[in-house]
Amino acid sequence: MKRDFFRKGLMIASAVFALFLVPAAYAQDEAPDALVKRLSVDVLDTLRSDKAIRAGDLAKVIALVDARIMPHVNFQRMTASAVGPAWRQATPEQQKRLEEEFKILLVRTYAGALAQVTDQTIVMKPQRSSAEDKEVLVRTEIKNGANPIQLDYRLEKTPGQGAGWRIYNLNVLGVWLVETYRSQFAQEINAKGIDGLINTLAERNKANSKKA
Amino acid sequence: MNCGLPTFGVQRSTCLRLATTFCMLVFALLQGCAAVPYPNKQDPLESFNRGVFSFNDGLDRIVLKPVATGYQQVTPHWFRTGVGNFFGNLEDVWSAVNTGLQLRALETGDNLGRVMLNTSIGLLGVVDVASTLNVERHPANFGLTLARWGVKPGPYLVLPLLGSTTLRDAAGLPIDVKGNLVNGIGDPSTRDALSLLNIVDSRASFLRAGDVVDDAALDKYSFFRDAFLQRRRNLVYDGDPPDEEAESVP
Repeated sequence: MKRDFFRKGLMIASAVFALFLVPAAYAQDEAPDALVKRLSVDVLDTLRSDKAIRAGDLAKVIALVDARIMPHVNFQRMTASAVGPAWRQATPEQQKRLEEEFKILLVRTYAGALAQVTDQTIVMKPQRSSAEDKEVLVRTEIKNGANPIQLDYRLEKTPGQGAGWRIYNLNVLGVWLVETYRSQFAQEINAKGIDGLINTLAERNKANSKKA
Repeated sequence: MNCGLPTFGVQRSTCLRLATTFCMLVFALLQGCAAVPYPNKQDPLESFNRGVFSFNDGLDRIVLKPVATGYQQVTPHWFRTGVGNFFGNLEDVWSAVNTGLQLRALETGDNLGRVMLNTSIGLLGVVDVASTLNVERHPANFGLTLARWGVKPGPYLVLPLLGSTTLRDAAGLPIDVKGNLVNGIGDPSTRDALSLLNIVDSRASFLRAGDVVDDAALDKYSFFRDAFLQRRRNLVYDGDPPDEEAESVP
């Protein structure tokens, strides 16, 4: 009885201690599926309620993606993975350019699709990961009438304090974003080198922005 | 489930003509098989496929896309929803047969339930009551049934007019054509009109997605191929495929 009391006291003391010691860690303890759910609900709500977005203001969608989604995305890893082995041969300057242009391409082309969101809701599917996993798959579904849209994310635990989980790949209906660009990027690099790929991406972005 | 050209709504006579065109194209391919600079192991027929792809793409640009755009402009939204639901219901019948052949009880139950609800309360499929009641659709065709019983996809294939497929799915195609209820209609003109409506309506529903691909793809051919193969694999494993290989982190 006495020992039990002592153990309880110790537990409470250590819990209080932990709370004071790492106040910042609280937010980062968020599980990966909880993060995905919070982000999805947040973004869907904003897309639905924002009048400017409803009216088709792409710049606002892009700003929303930048502010809410991108902080939780390891875009460097996404780009590196899409570029493949050639990434290691690229200079830091080239890597930075690749990252920038790829990001513009994706955000611009998919912002239009996001602007179409109306009454969709998100459903979380059962997770299979264990607590020790450093990389997990989070599976969700966007409910939207006849055909629910499968939307899965791969997340990595960022080493070190305070960074939490970050998305490094996503799939729509089973099609992974990074994998879809891998052979397209490889073709460009094989034919015209890394600078060739950068130029192709930059030209495409220029053409797309003229159309919009 | 297919990107661009619908695979299901094809009538028999068209199919025969297609087969002839296909044979001629294969012959042409064997005559001058140009090597591609960077071969992809899932796509040994790339040089041939690229030829057919640009033919399809050109045809889509001059004929199908303008027709579908016009159709979208003159028809009200509720009309297109009804048309899509109607053909969706017919496809659900064939999906139910195939999930049955795959011995997937839950999916077959869902598909059958959808057909029964939508055909009766949904007025011959025009109203998708089942989706309102959260009865999910599990699309399946004979290619997926073959996959379920162990048939490998084989090389990627682009067919004239029909678009992206694999050798396995192409082999299942004649069975799918027989399973398409529109093809069972006796009166040829009704059958042709319905098939045409299905094709145009499906294409109209992909107009926006097509524009996104035009903007997003650096090489439309590779984009379609890589997306299609992943999508197909995903369907074979019902949305939960095993990891192909550990992801390479540079």
